[in-house]
Amino acid sequence: MTENVAPTNLGSTIIQVPSPEPGTVDMMVNMGPQHPATHGVFRMELRVDGEQIQDLVPHIGYLHRGSEKLCEHESYSQIITLFDRLDYVSNFNNELVIVSAVEKLMDVAPPPRAELIRIIMCEFNRIASHLLFYGTFAIDMGAITPLLYNFRDREKIQALFESVSGARMMHNYFRVGGVKEDVADEFESRSLALCDELEHGIDETDRLLTENEIFLERTSGIGVISGEDALDWGLSGPVLRASGVPYDVRVDEPYSRYDELDFGIPVGSAGDCWDRFYVRILEARESVSIIRQAIALMEPGDTMSKIRRIARPPAGEVYAHCENPRGDLGVYIVSEGGERPYRLKVRPPSFCNLQALRDLTVGHYIADAVVILGTLDIVLGEVDR
Amino acid sequence: MTSQGPSGGENHPSNSGAKSTPAPVKRRGPEVQRAAVALPPEGFALAERLPEALAAHEVEVGAAIDEVVCRVPADHLVDVCRQLKDDPTFGFDYLRLLTVVDYVEQDGEFEVVYHLYSMTHRHKMMVKTRLPERRPSISSVTGVWRGADWYEREMHDLFGVEFNGHPNLVPLVLPDDFDGFPGRKNYPLNDYEEW
Repeated sequence: MTENVAPTNLGSTIIQVPSPEPGTVDMMVNMGPQHPATHGVFRMELRVDGEQIQDLVPHIGYLHRGSEKLCEHESYSQIITLFDRLDYVSNFNNELVIVSAVEKLMDVAPPPRAELIRIIMCEFNRIASHLLFYGTFAIDMGAITPLLYNFRDREKIQALFESVSGARMMHNYFRVGGVKEDVADEFESRSLALCDELEHGIDETDRLLTENEIFLERTSGIGVISGEDALDWGLSGPVLRASGVPYDVRVDEPYSRYDELDFGIPVGSAGDCWDRFYVRILEARESVSIIRQAIALMEPGDTMSKIRRIARPPAGEVYAHCENPRGDLGVYIVSEGGERPYRLKVRPPSFCNLQALRDLTVGHYIADAVVILGTLDIVLGEVDR
Repeated sequence: MTSQGPSGGENHPSNSGAKSTPAPVKRRGPEVQRAAVALPPEGFALAERLPEALAAHEVEVGAAIDEVVCRVPADHLVDVCRQLKDDPTFGFDYLRLLTVVDYVEQDGEFEVVYHLYSMTHRHKMMVKTRLPERRPSISSVTGVWRGADWYEREMHDLFGVEFNGHPNLVPLVLPDDFDGFPGRKNYPLNDYEEW
């Protein structure tokens, strides 16, 4: 600024104050692994410019238990219990994947009644999982109330699970070739009554959140991913469908008796957080309709096919997958004969969905990172295995 | 897996040299059966077109239960993957799963398996390639499907397979200072002492 310096009439010089220029530097912020908004032991390393995220590095593995290696040392019926513990909020859906993979390898089919019981359990579990999502997602944005309503309803589902399998969460109810035991006589009427209550509960959440102005401000246009990018990243489930790709394993490669049921696939258009939320609301309603149809189809009969109690599939390899609440959960089994798999690999939907987190969050604010992570709806038990 | 001998493993035409040891293994129980193959119609169509379309890459087309399996030499893998993705008649735009299977005991090799799916044609297939036991390395397919990123990092952690050209091949599921490759068959399951 020396050229501006002019002599005063007293002989001293005027010093011009320069115009301000920001001298900020980016800051590293660590979120997790012990952080309530990460939904488990998950760590995000954020590089922020003020409140704005410049870069995000996800760190996983804090819950790595080596489940896949453990499966190679257990018999197929013991593996079912390990699958319960992968995605621990949708246990039945996980059990279905492993039993259907072994059944595909052995070329056996469970009795029709067992298939329907499985479908009903899985769809109830999908609703329970989505209810948990609505509640925790609302909490991520500071709304406490929906969680209380959703847990009230989720508890009813778990009471039904307990009456069927004996456990609220780690059921170990599905078997290779059927289910552990038949359901009680009052199961059908109880399920139908529960369907009505759940429908009411889902409507309640919908009314509380979906068109709330603050909720819309926080979710619409946040964390957008296009359908093409979503496919490139290998996303699946509601996260993929919210981006406009109508991929649902229940329809694209129908398993069990889903081809006899009539249901819709909610698909979003914008691929933002709001779409990912609303797709799940609509999906839960479809699940209620699936349960009603499945109950209407139920007929008395066996619930276990007549196969050897200890599954001994032939040598070969199989990939089976099912639509989990979080996406396309698959399992690849290499068998060499015998009662244990030679190699077992899980395709974990949360793991794939989480990969896209960096692309979704960069450019948004820290508070949005929490919201975006919430819509991915990860379960760390499945991410880390 | 001690109960079954090596012949219970993969039927592997390209590695028939490894089966020259005729030592009869005494087994209890019945002979190991193989799962029956029944390809769906779109699988048949795929299996018919693949050898011609990939003629430049020395591929070998087979089947496993209901999926087409295509064996590819390791150095052709990325080209094959890119062709399978970009060719609109195949259109494999979705990488479902990438995994490594340890066949070191049988053949002294690792197998990398890619499960592909096409959203437009609704067909699926597996691509497989074999890597030697010593310094297994293969080109990364992150340039073809970005979703391969974490799968490759995980397999690098657990099996020690190098994925050349991967943008960030650092430990993912294991601690940074972890020693050994716990996915491999020779890594003991319980390697701790009671205290």
